[in-house]
Amino acid sequence: MNASAAPAPARAAAAAGGSILRLTNVTRSFGGLKAVCDLDLDLPRRVLAGLIGPNGAGKTTVFNLVTGVYAPTHGTIHLGGEPIEGRLSSTIARMGVARTFQNPRLFSELTCLDNVRVACHRNAGATFADSVFRTPRSDREEGVMLERSEALLASFGLSRYRDERARHLPYGDQRRLEIARALAGDPKLLLLDEPAAGINPQESESLMHLIHDIRDRYDLTVLLIEHDMKVVMGICERITVLDHGVKIAEGTPVEIRRDPKVIEAYLGEEP
Amino acid sequence: MTLGILAGAWALNAAGTAFLNPYIYRILVLCGLNVILALSLNLVNGVTGQFSIGHAGFMAVGAYVSAAFTVYATPRLFGVVPGAGPLASALPFVIALILGGVVAGAAGFLVGLPSMRLRGDYLAIVTLGFGEIIRVAILNIDAVGGARGFAGIPQRTDLAWVAAVAALTFVFLRNLIRSYHGRALLAIREDEIAAEALGVPTTRYKVSAFVIAAFCAGVSGGLFSHYTYLHTNSFTFMKSIEVIVMVVLGGMGSLTGSVIGAFILTALPEVLRFASAERLIIYSFLLIVLMIARPQGILGHGEFSWRGLLSRGRKSPKEAA
Amino acid sequence: MQELFQQLANGIAWGSIYALIALGYTMVYGILRLINFAHGDIYMVGAFAAYYLARLLHAGGPEPSPLLAVAVLLGSMVICAGLGMAIEFFAYRPVRKSGRLTALITAIGVSLLLENLGIRLFGADPKFFPQLIAPRTITLAGGVLVTNHQITVVVISIVLMVALTLFVQRTRTGKAMRAVSFNRDAASLMGIPVNRIITITFAIGSALAAAAGVLVGLTNPKIEPLMGIMPGVKAFVAAVLGGIGSIPGAVIGGLLMGVSEYLVVGYISSTYRDAIAFIILILVLLLKPAGLLGHNVAEKV
Repeated sequence: MNASAAPAPARAAAAAGGSILRLTNVTRSFGGLKAVCDLDLDLPRRVLAGLIGPNGAGKTTVFNLVTGVYAPTHGTIHLGGEPIEGRLSSTIARMGVARTFQNPRLFSELTCLDNVRVACHRNAGATFADSVFRTPRSDREEGVMLERSEALLASFGLSRYRDERARHLPYGDQRRLEIARALAGDPKLLLLDEPAAGINPQESESLMHLIHDIRDRYDLTVLLIEHDMKVVMGICERITVLDHGVKIAEGTPVEIRRDPKVIEAYLGEEP
Repeated sequence: MTLGILAGAWALNAAGTAFLNPYIYRILVLCGLNVILALSLNLVNGVTGQFSIGHAGFMAVGAYVSAAFTVYATPRLFGVVPGAGPLASALPFVIALILGGVVAGAAGFLVGLPSMRLRGDYLAIVTLGFGEIIRVAILNIDAVGGARGFAGIPQRTDLAWVAAVAALTFVFLRNLIRSYHGRALLAIREDEIAAEALGVPTTRYKVSAFVIAAFCAGVSGGLFSHYTYLHTNSFTFMKSIEVIVMVVLGGMGSLTGSVIGAFILTALPEVLRFASAERLIIYSFLLIVLMIARPQGILGHGEFSWRGLLSRGRKSPKEAA
Repeated sequence: MQELFQQLANGIAWGSIYALIALGYTMVYGILRLINFAHGDIYMVGAFAAYYLARLLHAGGPEPSPLLAVAVLLGSMVICAGLGMAIEFFAYRPVRKSGRLTALITAIGVSLLLENLGIRLFGADPKFFPQLIAPRTITLAGGVLVTNHQITVVVISIVLMVALTLFVQRTRTGKAMRAVSFNRDAASLMGIPVNRIITITFAIGSALAAAAGVLVGLTNPKIEPLMGIMPGVKAFVAAVLGGIGSIPGAVIGGLLMGVSEYLVVGYISSTYRDAIAFIILILVLLLKPAGLLGHNVAEKV
C-alpha cells in the first residue's frame, strides 16, 4: 500500500458500487458550434462501454471534457460522486482517470520504462528536496515505482523494450505501451480513444482480449471510442451512440445494431 | 559524498593557486561559473523543454543582491569589516550567496508564471524582456553603483568555492533528473498534454524548473560578484545567448553536455583571442553552422558514457523488424 | 494641447517606420512561425546600402535630385530583398524541420553575424546619411511643426503599405501567401510552390525594412551598424501588439508604438524611452497574447 494523499473518490465509489462517471446535461460549444449538446451519460462501475458515432460526432470532445482538457459550457460531470468540471487535467487524472489518445502520445525520447514510471503518480509523495538529496523516502518510492513499472511492462509483453526509446517501437507495441502507461496510475476509469485504429485483424483480436483482460484484472471501468465495429460489438457491454454532438441511442450491442436511428446516422454519412 | 566534493574542491584550489598561472586560474573560475549557469539553464530549456532566453537576468539579481548584502548588511550583522580573515567571512558569504539565489529564485517565479499560458516563441520573448528589464532596473539603482558599477565588494570567491558549487549543482540536478520529478519534467518536454493527462501538474512543474534554475544562476552571480568587477554590462542579452549556446552545444537535456559546452565556450574566446577583430564574426558563423549541421549538440539528449561511446551503431528494434 | 499634437505628429512619423519594419516580422512569422531576429539588422543594411548607393550616384549634396533619391530607395530595397532571400535560403531553410528553438537560435546567429560584419565592413563609427531631399519645415494647423522629411516618411510608408495590401489581397501570389500562412501542408497539397512563396515573403519583408532604413536616414541621419537592434525589438513588439501574423495589425501596432514612445519621452522622461517597449510587450503577452487583431490558434488534442 502506498501513502498517496490525493483524493480518490473514484475508488470510494468503486468500492460502494455506485456510478463511476456521470455526465448530466453536458454541453460544450466552440464559438457557435456545439460539439457536444445536452449529453447525459452514466457509467456504472466495471462496465465495458463503447462510444461510437460518425466522424465529428463529438466523441473525443467527450473524452476531453471528462479529462478536463475542456470545461463544459453547461452541465456537470461527476466522478464517483465528486464534481470535476473546471478542474485541472492533472487533478482529475490523480482522482483516478486515465486515457489514451487517437494517435499515441508517448514520450518519444524516453525509454519505455520511463514512459510508464512517469505515470506512477500514486507512488510519488516525495518532494523536490527529497529527490535532490536522495533521502530514504525518495529511494523507497523510486524502488516501488521501478517495481510496478517493470511488472506492468512484463504483463504487456514489453519487457524487452524496457530501455528502448519509445519512438523506436513498432506501432502496435506503441499502442500497448500507451495502455500500460495509463494503468500505471492505478486508475478506476480508463478511456481508450480508438485503440484499434491502424492495426490489422489479428492484432485487433488480441486487443479485444487485452481490454477485457485488464478490465477484469485491474477492476476497471472502461469507456472506449472506436470505429472498428467488430471490436465494439465484440467486447462492449453497453454502447452509446453520438451524432453531431447529440446522443441518439444507447443500449446493448444487439439493440444498437438494430436501431434505425443509428443505421441512418452511419448510412447518412455515405456520399 | 558532499564532504568528498568539498575536500576535492579545496585541494583543487590549493593546487591551482600553487601551480597554475593566474590567467589559467581565472579561466577555470569563469568556466566553473558558466558550468553552473549552463546546468541550470539546461534544466529549463533542455529537460523541461521551455524557451528561456533571459538567464543572465537571474545571474544579475543574484550578483547584486549578494553583493549588496555583503557590503551593507554584513558589517552590521556580523560586526566584521569586509575583507577580514577567511573562516570568519565564510558564513556571511554563504548567507549572501543563498540570499542572492533566493531572490533570483523569486524572480524566476515571476518569469515562470507566464509559462502557464504562453507558447514557445512568445515565452522566449517574455523571458528576454524580463532579463532586459531586470538589467535596466539595476542600472538605475544608485545604491549598488548604477552605471558606474558596484565597487568595494571584497573578493571572497576562489576556485575552491566555484568548483564546490559547480560540482554540487551537478550532483543535485542529476539526482533530481533521475527521480520522478525529473521524469515529470522530461515528460513535459516530450508531450505536455499527455503529461498533464497522466497526473503531472505541468504548470507547477514548469514554474518550479524556472525557480530552481534561477536560484542556481543567482548563486553563480553571487560567486561572480565576489570575484571580479561588477557591472550590469556583464549581464546583457549576449550573456544569455552565450549560456544558451553552451547548453545547445553540449546537447539539450544532457548535464555532462552542459559541462562540456561551458568549458568549450569559456575557453574558446581565449583561444580565438588572436583573431580578436574577427572573433565575433567567426563565433556567430559557427553558431549558424552548428544549428544547421548538428542541432542536437555534442551529446544530444543523453549523458556521456563510456558504454555509449563504444556501442554506437546499434540497430533499434524498429529497424531490425 | 499643441504639444500633444506635436508629439502625435512626431509619433506618427516615427511609428510609420516601426510599421514598415513590423510588417516584415509579421509576414515571416505568419508564414514560418519564426521570429526573424535578423530583421532589424536588415533595416540597418538598408540604411547603409542607401548610404553607399547615394555616394556612388552622387545623390544628396546641396542640390538633391528627387529622381536620384527614388533610385537610392529602390536600389536599397532591391539589395535587401536579395539579402533576405539569401538568408532564408542558406540559414533558415536548412533548419526549418529542426524545431523552433533551433530556428530561433539560428536567427540570433544571423543577427549577430550581420551586426559584426557591419562593424567590420562599415566601421563602428556612425556615418552621416546624405541629404537626399532638401529639408524644409512646414507649419500645420494648430502650430504643429513638421519637416518635409517627416511627411515624406509618412507618404512613402502609406504608399508601400497600400501596395502591400493590394498585393496580398488581389494577386494570386498574395493569396498563396495567405494560404501558406494558414496551413502550409494543405497549401502545398493544393499545388502552391511553398518554397517560392516563402522566398517572396522574405524578399518583400526585407525590402520594406530597407525602405524603413532609408526613410530613417532622412529624419535621423546618424547611422551605425548596431542601429537595428532597438528599432528591431520595438518593431517586433509592434507586430505582437497588433497581432503577429496580421498585416493591418503590424501597421496599427507600429503607429501605436511610435506615438507611445514620443508621449512617454515628452511627458514622462526620456530614460524610459526603451523601457516602454518592453513594458508594452509584457503587458500584451500577459493580457492578450494574440494582440489587437490576432487570433489564438489552439492545439487540437
